[in-house]
Amino acid sequence: MELTDVWFILIAVLWVGYFVLEGFDFGVGMLLPVLGGRDEQQRRVLINTIGPVWDGNEVWLLVAGGATFAAFPEWYASLFSGFYLALLLILVALILRGVAFEYRGKVDSPAWRARWDVAIIVGSAIPALLWGVAFGNIVRGVQLDENHHYVGNLFDLLNPYALLAGLVTLTLFATHGAIFVALKTDGPIRARARACATRVGVLCVVLAAAFLLWTQLSYGRTWTWVTAGVAAVALIGGLLSNLRGREGWAFLATAVTIAAATVTLFGDLYPHVLPSTVDPAYGLTVDNAASTPYTLKIMTWVAVVFTPIVLAYQAWTYWVFRKRLTVEHLPPAGGLPAPAPTPVGTSAGAGRS
Amino acid sequence: MDAVDLARWQFAITTVYHFLFVPLTIGLSLLVAVLQTRWYRTGRPEYLRATKFWGKLFLINFAMGVVTGIVQEFQFGMNWSDYSRFVGDIFGAPLAIEGLLAFFLESTFLGLWIFGWDRLPKRIHLATIWLASIGTVLSAYFILAANSWMQHPVGYTINPETNRAELTDFVAVLTNSTTLVAFPHTLTACLLTAGAFMLAVSGWHLARNPRRDGATADRAVFVPSMKLALWVVVISGALVAITGDLQARIMTEQQPMKMAAAEALYNTAGPASFSLLTIGSLDGSQELWSLRVPGLLSFMATGSLDGEVEGINDLQTQYALLYGPGDYSPNIATTYWSFRLMIGLGLLVAAFGLVGLWLTRKRRLQHPQVAVAGVEGRALRWFWRLAPWMFALPLLANTFGWIFTELGRQPWTVFGMLRTADSVSPEVGVGSVVISLAVFTVLYGVLAAVEGYLMVRFAKAGPAPVEAAAGQDEDATDPDRPLTFAY
Repeated sequence: MELTDVWFILIAVLWVGYFVLEGFDFGVGMLLPVLGGRDEQQRRVLINTIGPVWDGNEVWLLVAGGATFAAFPEWYASLFSGFYLALLLILVALILRGVAFEYRGKVDSPAWRARWDVAIIVGSAIPALLWGVAFGNIVRGVQLDENHHYVGNLFDLLNPYALLAGLVTLTLFATHGAIFVALKTDGPIRARARACATRVGVLCVVLAAAFLLWTQLSYGRTWTWVTAGVAAVALIGGLLSNLRGREGWAFLATAVTIAAATVTLFGDLYPHVLPSTVDPAYGLTVDNAASTPYTLKIMTWVAVVFTPIVLAYQAWTYWVFRKRLTVEHLPPAGGLPAPAPTPVGTSAGAGRS
Repeated sequence: MDAVDLARWQFAITTVYHFLFVPLTIGLSLLVAVLQTRWYRTGRPEYLRATKFWGKLFLINFAMGVVTGIVQEFQFGMNWSDYSRFVGDIFGAPLAIEGLLAFFLESTFLGLWIFGWDRLPKRIHLATIWLASIGTVLSAYFILAANSWMQHPVGYTINPETNRAELTDFVAVLTNSTTLVAFPHTLTACLLTAGAFMLAVSGWHLARNPRRDGATADRAVFVPSMKLALWVVVISGALVAITGDLQARIMTEQQPMKMAAAEALYNTAGPASFSLLTIGSLDGSQELWSLRVPGLLSFMATGSLDGEVEGINDLQTQYALLYGPGDYSPNIATTYWSFRLMIGLGLLVAAFGLVGLWLTRKRRLQHPQVAVAGVEGRALRWFWRLAPWMFALPLLANTFGWIFTELGRQPWTVFGMLRTADSVSPEVGVGSVVISLAVFTVLYGVLAAVEGYLMVRFAKAGPAPVEAAAGQDEDATDPDRPLTFAY
């Protein structure tokens, strides 16, 4: 196998890792008001199920970005400049939600927390939607000219196929997240999460089936019908397991769904990395976008040595925090008192002075 | 303003902002690891309280460093796509390796450290903060290797067929002489930043009313913190100066124009004097008055007091022959002043630490309110008064240092190879960059206010009492115990 193919596969692996892992913490974030209601302690339980791991999950994105830069500079350059405003939105969302996790408990004021909760909810939902839109466009192809420059605009990216892809990732990550909460908590939150996973999951099945069919009929190749099938079966299997209270199996199944769907998209994309809708000859492929064999060889060695180590210690983190979390496990909130004694419910300036 | 200027402003704003948090993350993670190691060795509760107190401030800062770092990983492709296309074969590798080796390490083990107080045996828990800290240091190394390649490209060839720089020797990139001096200079600057921060917060607490409730308990935390901070400031301050000196000599060899611009030295001179201050025209071409140290620029640039330093005009002529017509000098006023401010502010905080170390001898830290007679007493009072402001000096020095390094390289992104004007994304319109520049400026401004507010409040609140800080006992590995820390 050519090293360019190896790196195409490795980048697919990085996105699989990113979507499987950050997928559930996006889900938990956007379902904060649905699963936690207005109860502060329950919301804290939700946030703390992902507390120790969300940041490590997000690194998968950074490494996917860095690896694309190193292995396929043309892809990195055309993709990131072409999707400029969409990526800006994703960046703002990721910035706000990252800070929100760390800061929301720092001041003991409902108004303060409410604002950060908005950042967590919106900051989780936007990337969950937009990553789907981005990948829909990557598979579909974008308006690249002969210099591989994107010549369309933001609204060209919001075509029906890509928007459907976005809705699929949004609902899929929500389902994945709800099942994660069911697996990691107990009591009323667990029950609510299971019910929510079913409701969102059914919607997701419909959207995902339409999307996978559209994808396979328009861009599919023979072997990816298998992975698309695996994704569909795993999703339905996951929802059934969830209904029967087998949350571990359900979580594994939605993880397989995300992985198989991502593999399907990458499989359909190959040998392109970013097709052109202007002229097929203008598209970027694993060959014309790649770095030199020397660079790819070095990167391959680094990846072969260090990826297993990373996987081992991240897996260990999940093992350390494997127990279900309930309100009883939470210590008192460590926030400082709100600066001025503002009555509950007033908003302006309550968090700051 | 055209697209290049806007993209440059955005890169400058987002990068300078990012680097306000990074040095504190790197330096403070190391100091927190040291404090926790002391607690592990001695079992004394004040070290546990100190670990948790500084750890909390560290995390408030860390969150900002992480989220602003995502922008860095993306914006080469977003705003500098032609740069990315041209250098990706070389520049991408250290970035990807930074993610794989460093970001995973720091994020994962920091998660374990934050939430693992009651989940991990003491020894393992101590190891997590050290691993996170090592992650931050590794991250600095790889990103500096990438930046140094822009200052002094090595281990590459230009492929005329693909029209890009291609890697020929990765070891040469990792052992670039520029990296080997930039890395220790940056690392010691990070320690200086963290030391000055610890000095400032400890100083504020130690100078407070000694008869208030909990003052004795707080002093047990802040006296050892202050001692650690003073020593870190003095030692790392000295090392920053030494490594900076090495760097200046390498820079003179590799980017003589940057050194000439640092002094606004238009005509080649030997020996060359160094002006501490100049009053004159903004671009330094006409001088009304200046305060000069003879031979100092020669010494900085060459290591000898009468060494010859090339001037801007001669270099301009050489470069025009080499690279074709064009202006090859950076913005002189900015380079001139940022160079001085970097050095001056760095030396000032190191000197403050040295004086502080002398003034607080004889167990005066334990009794900061005991009157000391004479000049020394007055100096001591000034020490306590000024100490809380010391945190700002290294932050400014770091900022000016990077402004100098990056602006001094202009008009190049990769020295001698690729111009800034040819690096920008041709496919991103002015409108898009205006939007993103406005969004980042507003967002970063708001977040700076929030972060500053939290930092000040938590710094002033002081360490938690001993009972609340305890929490690790023999049964620490039972996974079903309540958490001692949660969001």
